[in-house]
Amino acid sequence: MIKYLIKRLLLLLPTLLGAAVLVFFLLRLVPGDVCEIRLAGTGLYADPAEIELCRKDLGLDQPMIVQFFDFLWGYATFDLGNSMWTGQPIIHEISLRFHLSLQVAIMATVVAVGIAIPFGIISAVKQNTWIDYVVRGFSIAGIAMPSFWLGILIILGLLIGSQEIFGEPWMPPIQFKPIWEDPVWNISQLIWPAVATGYRYSAVATRMTRSALLEVLREDYVRTARAKGLLEKVIINRHALKNALLPVVTVISIEFAFLMGGLVVTEQVFNLNGLGRLFVESVGAQDFNMTQQLVMLVVLIFVLTNFFVDILYAWLDPRIRYS
Amino acid sequence: MATVSEVQVEAETEDLANKSRFLDVVMIMLRKQPLASFGAAIVLAMIFMAVFADVITTIDPEANDLEFMLTAPGDQFFLGTDQFGRDLLTRIIYGARTALFVGFTCAIVGSTLGLVLGVASAYFGGLFDLIIQRVVDVIMAFPLIILALAVVATLGPGVENVIIAITIPFVPQCARVVRSNALAIREIPYVDAARALGFSHMRIIMRHMVPNVMAPFLIMLTSFLGQAILLEASLSYLGLGVQEPTAAWGLMLQGGAEEYAESAPWVAIWPGVAISLAVFGFNLFGDGVRDTLDPKLRSQ
Repeated sequence: MIKYLIKRLLLLLPTLLGAAVLVFFLLRLVPGDVCEIRLAGTGLYADPAEIELCRKDLGLDQPMIVQFFDFLWGYATFDLGNSMWTGQPIIHEISLRFHLSLQVAIMATVVAVGIAIPFGIISAVKQNTWIDYVVRGFSIAGIAMPSFWLGILIILGLLIGSQEIFGEPWMPPIQFKPIWEDPVWNISQLIWPAVATGYRYSAVATRMTRSALLEVLREDYVRTARAKGLLEKVIINRHALKNALLPVVTVISIEFAFLMGGLVVTEQVFNLNGLGRLFVESVGAQDFNMTQQLVMLVVLIFVLTNFFVDILYAWLDPRIRYS
Repeated sequence: MATVSEVQVEAETEDLANKSRFLDVVMIMLRKQPLASFGAAIVLAMIFMAVFADVITTIDPEANDLEFMLTAPGDQFFLGTDQFGRDLLTRIIYGARTALFVGFTCAIVGSTLGLVLGVASAYFGGLFDLIIQRVVDVIMAFPLIILALAVVATLGPGVENVIIAITIPFVPQCARVVRSNALAIREIPYVDAARALGFSHMRIIMRHMVPNVMAPFLIMLTSFLGQAILLEASLSYLGLGVQEPTAAWGLMLQGGAEEYAESAPWVAIWPGVAISLAVFGFNLFGDGVRDTLDPKLRSQ
């Protein structure tokens, strides 16, 4: 097992290296260079000296290979460089926002699991009844609806709903306060984006729970349990669910990594100052340093999550043994 | 020799036979795949809207009319107007053009490139396969929207760049699926036979392998359609996709939608309905295609 883990961890390195190469060259593929685009891209006059200065700042005057190793060396020494926009160290900008995005991601996962598992179970148990159709319709709608639109609808609903009930419109707070400082404030701000993203992510998991449970319910051991005269409730909870939830766990964990991507749009809707927002802002401001580091961060999270899913899977399912 | 009327009758019966065959196909489709047919109907309606946009409505989708800013839905403006006084219904109809153009271009180009790469990777094997597969691994480690954003960051916003940004992540996804199917086909004797006959690589790939991986290819292509439309809407909503004054659904929700949510909720509602309906239609249609072509995947 240990040997497998080490091997698996080492295999992450080529993927990360590949991602670094891709990101590095992606931003250097464009005709001209980032400094020209940034300073003269809009057709404005740019001082050649200024462009030179920018190049020097970014190390673009160095040979490509030197630049690339500088870029890699940055990871080894945790020096991600400075933002081209604010001038602050990137690591500082990221750490400022990381816990907000992480909290929303965790809350959204909780929402997704809270919707997916009960709905998936009901849908499977009541297969081909109207309940099943309603649940399936609900989850297909979740996939089709853009999460930013759902976010807008939630804001709209809150405004109109609070106007109707309390007589004055209420909006979730805009200023962020960590959960340990003011839990009520924090939750009342972050629950909405979590619902908007969580609903979308529940859709795939609901379908997965349904189909996995349906498959397990057709197994011989479930028939044996029925023949023994066990209550249907016990059969589902004690016998079927345990096996059915394995693929669901995988889907949910992998989606957790994708949440970081989903948050890009949701944070914009709810005006949250998280990583997703930072990403969009740096793309808009042509802050290439920040963009490439954020892309790498997301890839790192994604790759690590996949790794943990593998381990989790082996731990949950005794039939799987890695060697 | 047949007389004129006989020829006519024959042609008519043939016509009738063709027509009833077509109707039969439609009826079978409706009975066997009611949801997919519903999806196909939405897709067809969208295509109709996109093609005949300037016939359906005579209003200019891009002309500002400050006199009618944020007018509520009514007789004159069926779905109301936005903050620049532009008719929402007109912009939604023209928005179908943008959405379908981006959707179809990305899906077709992305899956075709994936098809070529996937089949070539399986056929040649060895070092070529290894390199292609490692590149695919790397690209697939990027969440879709993150990679698209990274590409937009480099190229800048605009319709063409959005298409490139959405297409790039599609290629490896399709290549991976096509490759695994093509690997099995490479082992079938007729490919060996073709090689023994001295056919060129190109001919074997195009004539003998590609037609046999059409099923996974079409499944990927249809599943990309909805994704591309959703992705374009997200990028445009972020202000990094299609730019004003072009009519695009995601763009219509940007800025104005939240600001005027309370006073003019129609601005925030209708473009979102259009996006959801379109993606919903394409997904249902795609699911139907998948169920028809690949019974093994049906339970997923």
